[in-house]
Amino acid sequence: MAEQVPLVDYLVPGDNPHLVANECTACGARFFDRRNACACCGKTEFTKTDIATNGEVRAFTIVTFAAPGVPVPYVAALIDCDGTSVRANLVNVDPDPEHVTLGMKVRLATHSIGTDDNGTEAIGFGFEPLGG
Amino acid sequence: MAEDVWILGIHMTKFGKHPTLDTVDLASEAVLGALADGGVTMKDMGVIGAGCLMATSGGIGQQLQKQLGQTGIPVYNVANACATGATALRVAIMAVKSGEADMGLAFGVEKLSGAGLLSGGSRKDDSGTWNPSGRYGAVAPVDGRIGTEIMPGVFAQIGMEYGHKYGGTSFELFAKISEKNHAHSTLNPLAAYTKRMSLDEIMGDVMIAYPNTRPMCSANCDGAAAAVVVSGSKLKTLSLEQQRRAVKISASSLTTDPWEEACQILPDVNTLTRNAATQAYEQAGVGPADLDLIELHDCFATAELVHYDNLMLCERGGAVDFFKSGATWRDGTTPVNVSGGLESKGHPIAATGVANVWEVTTHLRGEGGDRQIAGAKVGMTHVIGLGSACGIHILEKAA
Repeated sequence: MAEQVPLVDYLVPGDNPHLVANECTACGARFFDRRNACACCGKTEFTKTDIATNGEVRAFTIVTFAAPGVPVPYVAALIDCDGTSVRANLVNVDPDPEHVTLGMKVRLATHSIGTDDNGTEAIGFGFEPLGG
Repeated sequence: MAEDVWILGIHMTKFGKHPTLDTVDLASEAVLGALADGGVTMKDMGVIGAGCLMATSGGIGQQLQKQLGQTGIPVYNVANACATGATALRVAIMAVKSGEADMGLAFGVEKLSGAGLLSGGSRKDDSGTWNPSGRYGAVAPVDGRIGTEIMPGVFAQIGMEYGHKYGGTSFELFAKISEKNHAHSTLNPLAAYTKRMSLDEIMGDVMIAYPNTRPMCSANCDGAAAAVVVSGSKLKTLSLEQQRRAVKISASSLTTDPWEEACQILPDVNTLTRNAATQAYEQAGVGPADLDLIELHDCFATAELVHYDNLMLCERGGAVDFFKSGATWRDGTTPVNVSGGLESKGHPIAATGVANVWEVTTHLRGEGGDRQIAGAKVGMTHVIGLGSACGIHILEKAA
């Protein structure tokens, strides 16, 4: 099997794919990027914490006009994963307002982004409707 | 005691396409107009706040001086996304308030005709090998793969989030907000677009990012606006006519987004706006009910709705009912964006935070012509720049 890398370093692919955040040990604020300090309390110690893979759509948009090279339409969303907000595309759903609704329950799903010149496959993620 | 600060002169260019004018030409037109309106010259200015977001390294303030007057005064070239104009104005206000200068100039200018998407408008190709880079260790561009970076999409979600929280929103509701602003623009000869649009036309236009169609997005265009501010004590030495037309800046506030859960996932444009509004109402000693008109940052139709709530023009969670009551139409209780707003007047970014002050000032002076809000005494301007910064000014007619 070809080697895999995640699209972003806060995605852990594999058999139980999930997202992982940097959690401030002092105040509990969570961040997905590399940190210098906590934007909430200013402290500098963080621990890795797994993010729930199920969530609820709190906001979405269906993008139909984007930069050249970005396939449209796609659904961009803000997902509430058990109290931690996550930005992601909604996948495996028809990109129209009849099928995408506020409050819909979703779960993390991974997919291939493509294979590079070395045969390494990049793995991306999105959220798909639960139980659909 | 800190000085009162007043608008002495103010001017905005026609917003739209100005193919033969560069940014310095447009800025010069706005500044010369503001100086003439105030009955003063560059020699009277003690400070300049200048903004041109698309040319932040160009020193637009000094470029302007080289055309209109190199008097050696301090120039602050500022950049604060879509709040750049309000920030430039606030720099001049702070200089006057502190007593460092008794008159100051602020201007914003932008050339944006045909600019298209300003963020997420281009995406690099995937490289030959997946190499992590940046703060998220991304091996490839993420716009369109992990949510969206385009502004119509970001602000669409901001409106949708409000709908999820409080209910009552729909594509049609957001389109009706746009219908109002396009209707208002028909009375504003300086607006980039002055065509009334029906609800069907708005909803049937090109979809950019649901629920924002093209006419529900701010219009990229060229334009500039400039203001001359003066201290209260200096104003008393000027002519009665200058004093009569001066408009008091009774509040000037600038905030950034305080940390909240989710704010680094989807920008929180709400908390900083509410904070800026709270500060401004307190400074001015007025409340939302005292406002005769508001120019708020309708960069997208979905944004206008949330700012009714953030500026406390309605009860918390009540923006949908507030809009449906007709309150924000020009003949309503709380006219919002009688200029046509960013959706039709246009949004030459750095100019916007001064142009909205021009609009309100014009009404407070009773010089609004066909679109005058009768008897206007108090007005508010609001801009927000993602990143984020929020600038609010409250203006009052001279007693």
